[in-house]
Amino acid sequence: MEEKTLTCINCPLGCSLLAKMEHGQVVSVSGNTCRRGDVYARKELTNPTRIVTSTVFVTGKTASMVSVKTRQDIPKEKVFACMDALRNLTVKAPVQIGDVLLANVADTGIDIIATKNVE
Amino acid sequence: MEKYDIVIIGGGPAGLAAAIAAKNDGADSILILERDRELGGILNQCIHNGFGLHTFSEELTGPEYAQRFIDQVKALGIPYLLNTMVMDISPDKCVTAMNKTRGMFTIQAKAIILAMGCRERARGALNIPGYRPAGIFSAGTAQRLVNMEGYLPGRNVVILGSGDIGLIMARRMTLEGAKVQVVAELMPYSGGLKRNIVQCLDDFHIPLKLSHTVVDIRGKERVEQVTLAQVDTNGRPILGTEETYDCDTLLLSVGLIPENELSAGMGVLMNPVTAGPKVNESLETNIEGVFACGNVLHVHDLVDFVSQEAAMAGKSAAAYVRGTHRQGQENSKPVSIKAQQGVRYTVPDTIRPAYMQDKLTVRFRVGSVFKNCYVSVYFDQERVMQKKRPVLAPGEMESFTITRQQLQKYPDLGTITFRIEQDA
Repeated sequence: MEEKTLTCINCPLGCSLLAKMEHGQVVSVSGNTCRRGDVYARKELTNPTRIVTSTVFVTGKTASMVSVKTRQDIPKEKVFACMDALRNLTVKAPVQIGDVLLANVADTGIDIIATKNVE
Repeated sequence: MEKYDIVIIGGGPAGLAAAIAAKNDGADSILILERDRELGGILNQCIHNGFGLHTFSEELTGPEYAQRFIDQVKALGIPYLLNTMVMDISPDKCVTAMNKTRGMFTIQAKAIILAMGCRERARGALNIPGYRPAGIFSAGTAQRLVNMEGYLPGRNVVILGSGDIGLIMARRMTLEGAKVQVVAELMPYSGGLKRNIVQCLDDFHIPLKLSHTVVDIRGKERVEQVTLAQVDTNGRPILGTEETYDCDTLLLSVGLIPENELSAGMGVLMNPVTAGPKVNESLETNIEGVFACGNVLHVHDLVDFVSQEAAMAGKSAAAYVRGTHRQGQENSKPVSIKAQQGVRYTVPDTIRPAYMQDKLTVRFRVGSVFKNCYVSVYFDQERVMQKKRPVLAPGEMESFTITRQQLQKYPDLGTITFRIEQDA
């Protein structure tokens, strides 16, 4: 049996969680003071995901950068591949919030969308 | 001279929400003055997500959150001036401002809403010894350079201070290819949210050194080395614990200070704990018709609360201009709110029962971490309310609701006291 420690991020208590794992599966979670700690530990240890936010260059009148995000969370191990894909991206204005600026980033199946309007 | 009923100083989240609430409450002569090139304030550079969970039940990025309010301001036809710097406000509410197209000009207001936000504490306020080379930035400056201007301010970074902006920038600089070596924090605990420590530092194996500070900066043209040392319980560096890091950049995330030069200039009285104006139940300062909200009033951690508070200020200003701000026949003598026993301050710090809405949100912060405790509210000597809290931390703003009905039962009330207590 493998033991993993992590800090719950759901509230300022920040419980120290101890998870016991077997064959890549979470068998038990302790140290949490509420149910959210258990849910967090299981997800974080088996399928950690993150929303990635960044900026890309834009040829526009009102700004030189446009902020972007992954529409949904992507696997944590794909975060740097996602950043690499954004590094040399330049988009043309106008851009509206929600516009897809890059489809299927780093083969995650998730699109990069704009989070700011640029004229 | 131009005249407006309500002039709002600042077009960030506080100014926008105040304008919308004032307009929706019937005020129609409103002007927003903003010094930057666009509305939205600091949200424009906060491109990370997590904003608006309380207001919209979804996690937005800063620019998306701002846009929802900008859209409303535009839909309501509220006028605003960009690139416009307010230089002075007189005690009789005459605003002197300037911009490139109009030069210097004055506007007479019936009511003013102060919504100028806050700024970052700088190196000079900390007395960090050493050289003064290029490469030392406040975390917010670095954030603007990366996220809005498209420049990476350095490649090899040490961060002092574990406030949320510092943590967010540790991740941001790392994602953009910089090496963030360490975050040092003077206090024995971090000032940032747990979530940010896990997702901005732990995710990238960036060490957080608590009870550490910068004791030397070397490099004549550009930062070359930063030396950290452990501090004792009084915050003094411990000899022999020094560690030197080769780096080209030092980011400072060491606190925010409400930006109140304009307020002080017009004679607004300040609360020394918040460094923001002292306000009553209507978020009105000691000068009648001058209101304050958002980070200029006290530094917030969640923008949702800024929006709520600013809406309250906007509504109060609209009622003041109409002359309908008095709600009832109760006592108009101010009841003072005292912060004691672990409570650092409250906003507001006075209530005039006659001017109070049905419900009033009193916001406060505690001075240290408390576990399994109670927030107690006393009306004079009597404890009238108590709320159990599993944890209270200085980094998380708290609130308590007081109703007008409760106050009506105590017509001779002199003082309301907020305390943290261990027992029920």
